[in-house]
Amino acid sequence: MMAEILSVSFLAGLLAATLRMATPIVLAMLGEIITERAGVLNLGIEGTMLFGAMTGFLVTMSTGSAWLGVLAAAGVGMLLALLMAFLVVFLGLSQHVSGLGITLFATGLSMFVYRLHFGSPTVPPTVTPMTKVAIPLLSRIPIIGPGLFNQYVLTYAAMILIPAVWVLMYRTRIGLTVRTVGENPMAADTVGGNVNLVRTLALVAGGALMGIGGSFLTLAHQNMFLRDVIGGRGWVAVAMVIFGNWNPGRGTIGALMFGLLDGLQLRLQGWGLPIPFDVFLMVPYVLTIFALVSVSRRAAAPAALLKPYRREVRG
Amino acid sequence: MRTVLVKRGPIPSWSRAVTPLGAIAVTLLLSAVPILIAGAPLFRSYGALFYGALGTRFNVLETLVKSSPLILTGLAVAFAFRAKFWNIGAEGQLLAGAIVATWIGVTFGSLPRFVMLPLVMVGGFFAGGLWAVIPAVLKTRLNVDDVVSTLLLNFVMIHIMGALLFGVLQKEGAGWPISEEIFDSAKYPFLLARSRFHLGIPLAFLLVFAVWFVNERTVFGYRSLAVGTNLHAARFAGIPTTRVIVMTAVISGGLAGLAGVGEVAAIQFHLLADISPGYGYTGIVIAMLGALHPLGVLLASLFFSVINVGAQTMSRMTGVPSYISGVIEGLSLIVMLVALLLNEYRLKVVAS
Amino acid sequence: MDVHSTTGNTPAVAMHGVTKRFLDNVANDSIDFSVGVGEICALLGENGAGKTTLMNILFGYYGADEGTIEVYGEPRTFTSPREAIAAGIGMVHQHFALVPTHTVLENVVVGTGKGLFLDRAGARSRLEALKERFRLSVPSDAPVWQLSIGEQQKVEILKALYRDSRILIMDEPTAVLSPSETPQLFRTLRTLTSGGRSVIFISHKLHEVMEIADRVVVLRNGQKVHERSTSDTTVQDLSRMMVGHEVRSNRTEPWHTGGATVCRIDGLSVEDDKELPAVDDLVLELREGEILGLAGVSGNGQTELCDALFGMRLPSAGAVRVVDRHGTVRVLEPGRPYAAVAAGMARIPEDRMHTGLMTSLTVEQNLVLESHAAPPWNRHGLLDWAGIGTHAEELIGAYNIRTQSRRERAGSLSGGNLQKVILARELSTNPRLIVASQPTRGLDVGAMESIHARLREERARGAAILLISDDLDEILQLSDRVAVMYEGRIMGEQTGGGIDREQIGLWMSGVVQ
Repeated sequence: MMAEILSVSFLAGLLAATLRMATPIVLAMLGEIITERAGVLNLGIEGTMLFGAMTGFLVTMSTGSAWLGVLAAAGVGMLLALLMAFLVVFLGLSQHVSGLGITLFATGLSMFVYRLHFGSPTVPPTVTPMTKVAIPLLSRIPIIGPGLFNQYVLTYAAMILIPAVWVLMYRTRIGLTVRTVGENPMAADTVGGNVNLVRTLALVAGGALMGIGGSFLTLAHQNMFLRDVIGGRGWVAVAMVIFGNWNPGRGTIGALMFGLLDGLQLRLQGWGLPIPFDVFLMVPYVLTIFALVSVSRRAAAPAALLKPYRREVRG
Repeated sequence: MRTVLVKRGPIPSWSRAVTPLGAIAVTLLLSAVPILIAGAPLFRSYGALFYGALGTRFNVLETLVKSSPLILTGLAVAFAFRAKFWNIGAEGQLLAGAIVATWIGVTFGSLPRFVMLPLVMVGGFFAGGLWAVIPAVLKTRLNVDDVVSTLLLNFVMIHIMGALLFGVLQKEGAGWPISEEIFDSAKYPFLLARSRFHLGIPLAFLLVFAVWFVNERTVFGYRSLAVGTNLHAARFAGIPTTRVIVMTAVISGGLAGLAGVGEVAAIQFHLLADISPGYGYTGIVIAMLGALHPLGVLLASLFFSVINVGAQTMSRMTGVPSYISGVIEGLSLIVMLVALLLNEYRLKVVAS
Repeated sequence: MDVHSTTGNTPAVAMHGVTKRFLDNVANDSIDFSVGVGEICALLGENGAGKTTLMNILFGYYGADEGTIEVYGEPRTFTSPREAIAAGIGMVHQHFALVPTHTVLENVVVGTGKGLFLDRAGARSRLEALKERFRLSVPSDAPVWQLSIGEQQKVEILKALYRDSRILIMDEPTAVLSPSETPQLFRTLRTLTSGGRSVIFISHKLHEVMEIADRVVVLRNGQKVHERSTSDTTVQDLSRMMVGHEVRSNRTEPWHTGGATVCRIDGLSVEDDKELPAVDDLVLELREGEILGLAGVSGNGQTELCDALFGMRLPSAGAVRVVDRHGTVRVLEPGRPYAAVAAGMARIPEDRMHTGLMTSLTVEQNLVLESHAAPPWNRHGLLDWAGIGTHAEELIGAYNIRTQSRRERAGSLSGGNLQKVILARELSTNPRLIVASQPTRGLDVGAMESIHARLREERARGAAILLISDDLDEILQLSDRVAVMYEGRIMGEQTGGGIDREQIGLWMSGVVQ
């Protein structure tokens, strides 16, 4: 068995699977980080991902272009984020409840639209999945090459977005404004920042990433839409935001860990070990909980998270 | 120009009563859009929906049957949320209850019914309750966010169940995940002829009253509310907040566990991978829709049950996919949230 | 009446007939207000007189219902602070609008500049130049939470200057400063005006207003009642205008001598949230029938001391001994609020909205927050709501709580009535020991007097009272003994007729003889 684990193809495959499995989580997590940094917890994430997955699949099916599918997924993610913004930013309703409401609504709508369009076929319809793109030269490096540099474009995009979101948050003017809005909206307001606009835009940007993250699952990872295609990855992304202390880099470590376990679990399954398959499936969730325990003491959530902002109060 | 929310004066009680009805009306109006998009005639569709849910004695009883797990998970979530223990884990707690009920039900066949039935119920209750203690302790002792931990524990429990259904609980010789049938002594008795109206339904109604009584009349219910209203001030007042939260979790998880018991002991008689079509998650919506009040939970559960059962008939008669029920449920929550807000505030356009 | 200022030219700001209503309450009633170029104008008034509201309107934070605003002679309407800032107006709020986890530089530059990226280097050199010019020394790269309150105020002033504010509104700037930091602030303000900037100084402290301002405008109940050059008026005049009647500044009642010791705080040390020492080896004794006033500028460990006494914070050293109802001495179990309740300590916390009460529960529910689990209300786990209701009605009457009914949500009561709910709950058990922290902060004169009267009654009954307040006048009016807290330590103590205001002021500034 050791020989098997250390074989070149196994390691390369595992590395590739790690990045692939981490992709949707990274995308959704980055979206959630942007949103939460502005002070809004978006628990609509799971439903937004599912609706993105369904829309991406449907549009790809009808147009034949996976990229149009991804674009449509981003679009519906933004629409759901606007609905969320209406509820929690404009009306100031509970972020917990509104987010869960959106997840429920989007889940129902995804299944409804899918059924409406495809009926209940015995064999689920499929699309031609996106193809992997090998980066010249780099992909020829042993193990690492096929592992890291022969991936879907969305995976590369997710990896590039990690530093990009970090730069956006910590090195740009808009990033500073977003963080200020999430920490102390009054500080942003008194220097002329429009708190509710910033929050709405952060939600919309985050929603787009969540939608794209969902579409990766139906357009690249798999080529069909199933009811449990997201399988809690949205919730894992929320956990990773906390694990990463609202920092894209640290959150990615968690997402990669999750991806690694996911990838490992698929491989171990093939070996016919005398342990039920579900035990492996459980491991990533259990470890995520342990990871949360380990970081909970130093957790530094944005101070204004969950708090609606209103100016017209008696001063 | 911008709009602001201005608080209204005291809310008349008739308005409180009318609001949910208005919200339901608006929801059904909005849900007309997907029904029309599906190409179905609107009135015939809604007609089919209500006939399917309430048209005959059998349909009414079936709707009640469907409502019992919703009432229990709704109560579970409402009880937890009242103490601001964000229990999104009723699904996992339900499964825990179902697993233990099954294990007892297939193991202790020699016990008489009057021992077996309480044993199954108590076992299922504590299975769910103890599963909910984990996030409660993580929250109070280690400051782990309860929303996330309860969510993740759902997936852990799904896979524990999967492992058991492919392992020790799997039916002899079965190639798919299903347990042995539980002994008859562990099954809930059916109370009305020619229907599946079982013991779990009056039990759920009784628990609605019990939860109301605990909330309104007991020291524990008052403390639970105080903890949920303002944890800091509750601690200041000398209330043992950790103990209150953990106890709240036990009761909440236990109620969800009983929902699992009901599905095993009255509906399926086996443990199956899809024993719950997401009752735990629906319970969250029901709790919110019922404004965390036991009576509200009861009414919201009945409403959802009507929609769920009716959507099947509507699907058969007019071809609208039965998933419309999910859309209606999601919409109803969003509409209700807005309606409750507008009950207290009005929108005002101001110059600046 | 001389309305305009030293320069005689167009005023920097002129507000005419400004009216602002909140629900049924008129916060500003047709107020005219102006400030000249290079002038320091004080806006004087009691809590709730409408000072802050008027300035929030000028700053674009609220919209006025009626009235006009001119800035440097041009009519303006600001719909947001952004527009006010662009017109050269800056405001330093009483509660600083800073992000504690961000650095000074980040707090200053947020919302300024052009382009996508933050120009840290450019911003830094500009900030350093401002710090140099106005002698406002703060570390640019330190997170704000590490700074003292005085330094945080400097950050707020720098924020305004960084945005080229020509008109600076300072809302109660000295409330948070120690007496020794105030002259430094005043020097800064004079430097600003000598360069042609204008300052609006909101305050309710008469002596300060006389010292710093060129002119003073007095508001009372939302109306302008007085406007004078400070050279043409006196403290007595201003005081009468501000309160609406003559105030006695001298204490008329005798001092009481304490009896037996009821509580001993022994070498107590407590750390704050940053794990820095906040209370340092503190010793105090509280005696029967005596009010001990603990004076000090807020932020010198009073909050942490209270938290430790109330069981809300674990002390790092020391003990608190209390004589309970039965006359036995017990050491309070640290870190357990219930221990303080059980020992019979009446606790009036400084944050009544979030600690003392639950605003979304009813008055009745709030009245039994501490006693619900004990007889007679707790009957085998069930609550006797009927009995609680009768009890609540009695307390509402006895403490004159203005509420629609005992089932009214506490949150809809006024601040004074909320405090009465707390007093009713805490004092109805006839406690031997009362710890009251900032009991009248933010309350109007009427509510304040009734709470003072209640504390005097409790003293007469024989209770030992620890009164913690950053309002020195309140301390001097009520206390029989005064101790001064500075940086977590007791600087000194004076008793009865020996209490000397000047000496106490020095101690509050940390000056030791």
